[in-house]
Amino acid sequence: MKPDYVRPLDLRQGRIDLNHGAGGRAMTQLIEELFARALANDYLGQGDDGAVLPAPAPGERLVLATDAHVVSPLFFPGGDIGALAVHGTINDVAVMGARPLYLTASFILEEGFPLADLARIVHSMAAAAHAAGVPVVTGDTKVVEQGKGDGVFISTTGLGALPAGRKLGGALARPGDAVLVSGSLGEHGMAILAQRESLAFESAIVSDSAALHGLIDALLAAVPGVRVLRDPTRGGLATTLNEIARQSGVGMQLDEAAIPVSAQVAAACELLGLDPLYLANEGKLVAICAPEDAEAALAALRAHPLGRAAARIGEVTADPQHFVQLRTTFGGQRLLDWLSGEPLPRIC
Amino acid sequence: MKYVDEFRDGTLARGLAAAIRAEADPARRYAFMEFCGGHTHAISRYGVTDLLPPNVRMIHGPGCPVCVLPIGRIDLAIRLAFERGVTVLTYGDCLRVPASDGLSMLKAKARGADIRMVYSAADALALAQREPGREVVFFAIGFETTTPPTALVLQQARALGLANFSVLCNHVLTPSAIQTILESPEVRQFGTVPLDGFIGPAHVSTIIGSRPYEFFAEEYRKPVVIAGFEPLDVMQAIRMLIRQVNEGRAEVENEFTRAVNRDGNLKAQALVSEVFELRRSFEWRGLGQVPYSALRIRAPFAAWDAEVKFGLDYRSVPDHKACECGAILRGVKRPSDCRLFATVCTPENPMGSCMVSSEGACAAHYNYGRFRDHAPDNGRSTPPATIRLAS
Ligand code: SF4
Repeated sequence: MKPDYVRPLDLRQGRIDLNHGAGGRAMTQLIEELFARALANDYLGQGDDGAVLPAPAPGERLVLATDAHVVSPLFFPGGDIGALAVHGTINDVAVMGARPLYLTASFILEEGFPLADLARIVHSMAAAAHAAGVPVVTGDTKVVEQGKGDGVFISTTGLGALPAGRKLGGALARPGDAVLVSGSLGEHGMAILAQRESLAFESAIVSDSAALHGLIDALLAAVPGVRVLRDPTRGGLATTLNEIARQSGVGMQLDEAAIPVSAQVAAACELLGLDPLYLANEGKLVAICAPEDAEAALAALRAHPLGRAAARIGEVTADPQHFVQLRTTFGGQRLLDWLSGEPLPRIC
Repeated sequence: MKYVDEFRDGTLARGLAAAIRAEADPARRYAFMEFCGGHTHAISRYGVTDLLPPNVRMIHGPGCPVCVLPIGRIDLAIRLAFERGVTVLTYGDCLRVPASDGLSMLKAKARGADIRMVYSAADALALAQREPGREVVFFAIGFETTTPPTALVLQQARALGLANFSVLCNHVLTPSAIQTILESPEVRQFGTVPLDGFIGPAHVSTIIGSRPYEFFAEEYRKPVVIAGFEPLDVMQAIRMLIRQVNEGRAEVENEFTRAVNRDGNLKAQALVSEVFELRRSFEWRGLGQVPYSALRIRAPFAAWDAEVKFGLDYRSVPDHKACECGAILRGVKRPSDCRLFATVCTPENPMGSCMVSSEGACAAHYNYGRFRDHAPDNGRSTPPATIRLAS
């Protein structure tokens, strides 16, 4: 029990100080009054060092994924680092074909960080976890000195159960397979870029941050034989497809005209000299399936609100060099290579 | 991608490609240099070479601003950051250009130099204003297009009497580079680089106009067509060049009339000439010392000229021995002729400057065209991205 003489956390004016990470009363108070209250569930409520979880059903296997989130700015149109930390990890578990069950979260907070911002982030996390039906069951908090962090870093780990017999993986693509995406690309990356102050660039582009397990459920129900699922986050579609091509030892041939990109993202990319196929997505899915399953898979994706703009964008090819190639809107052919370095605006 | 853009229309492109095939005389060869990196990028990015007949070849010229930046100039910036403790600000691509001692600005930054990326000259000035205690140097590069914004911040810095801001000026001029190529022995004496005409730069020409190219057209009998950066612009320019060659004309034509006129932007030119003057000579990567090819800051602005302010002395540093950037920038070789290409030299770890920006010939070929080097010979001769020539 909290003794009466402890003043409640000042969530409006207060700031993180080193005490909040020292393991003493201030830290307990932060956890109780903010984290445990916002993220409330039975496991977290126990206040123990870990969560005791029921074993999965016989034949099921566990899937574990972890993700560290460092974004600047912390708040952006369409989301914030909190919701992103939930969605990103749920998606990592879900694209393995698993049912996401639990999350853990660890926060690295920078001394001086406003408690109001932290509260906003934690509540957004709680809302995202609640909407997804995946509770945060245990966590950790550390505080670093001012200048040694970027406000907040959040690491999340997700645990999921993989139904017996289900087989999905980046190494399973075969020549002839169809390549699908669940919607238009580049929105998260552009929403973040447009927010960076130095770009002085007005845009209404909103991050696509979303949990994909519902969409994936619908897809796998319609086409249980989907071979590869992946969420094209950092490095965008181009990097994701290159990863899969290398893992599977294949190449790919895409049709640029078939790849969905919103007019706004396309225009912003044009202005900045960027390629939307390299921009991050936080609520999009890449699926690879046998060509005869492609129509059913597309129909299942399009029937879900997160997959309305799903499209078939190309096919897997036999290629010892593992090149991902693109037939341009122009009718020419080019490589869609790995991202090298950060995507940078052109000079000239 | 699902947006209609009149300059990207695939159907129009195929129509233009058919027109080019119809007009190109199968009995002759056409070799055109696109001077500007923006065109190199557009050609590779949209696979334009696939749409050209095999006897029409595009040669990539030295118009990528980071590709022509010699090692010694980047060394100056790194030395400033390390030895004088200044904050160096520059455009993104500059950070990866190889410098001496295996360094680049990016690697120097990782070793503690305060080097940062900015999106504009104005951002650099703003930082100096915000933090008067910090010594800020803007590392300015680029052709005529990026010069006016640099001139503007110099004017503003003087008006503000800003003591903690200066510019390390590396601005270069397009016409002198074109002239150097036309005067090169490969073009003039040996004919190893057949050059039937130029695609003139887009943005550069919005500033300087089309007049400066008239000299090349007349003096060297080379047609010049100024074109926009859209792939359809490039194809239209190629068609116009083919026509000139067929008709034996050598004129300056303007495909980019929506932005370029004969005289250019006189206001910008006046601004530039108030702040800058010609350097007698400037080293270009790949072209060596080129007379009257770059700008330096005029005396009234000396207090904001980093070279004067910090008493910098320039030292020329040779490129990596096996790097063929020089030959590539002059159109003598193509990227895959370099032993380092795609082995030692990659965009992640560039050995030469052509591998840095996607406007550079090596990076463009690596990022967009490398699959051609591995394509099984199907008997059909696909035109190479650039020409293979004996060195
Ligand atoms: S491959 Fe690298 S080293 Fe070779 S010419 Fe190109 S940039 Fe220079």
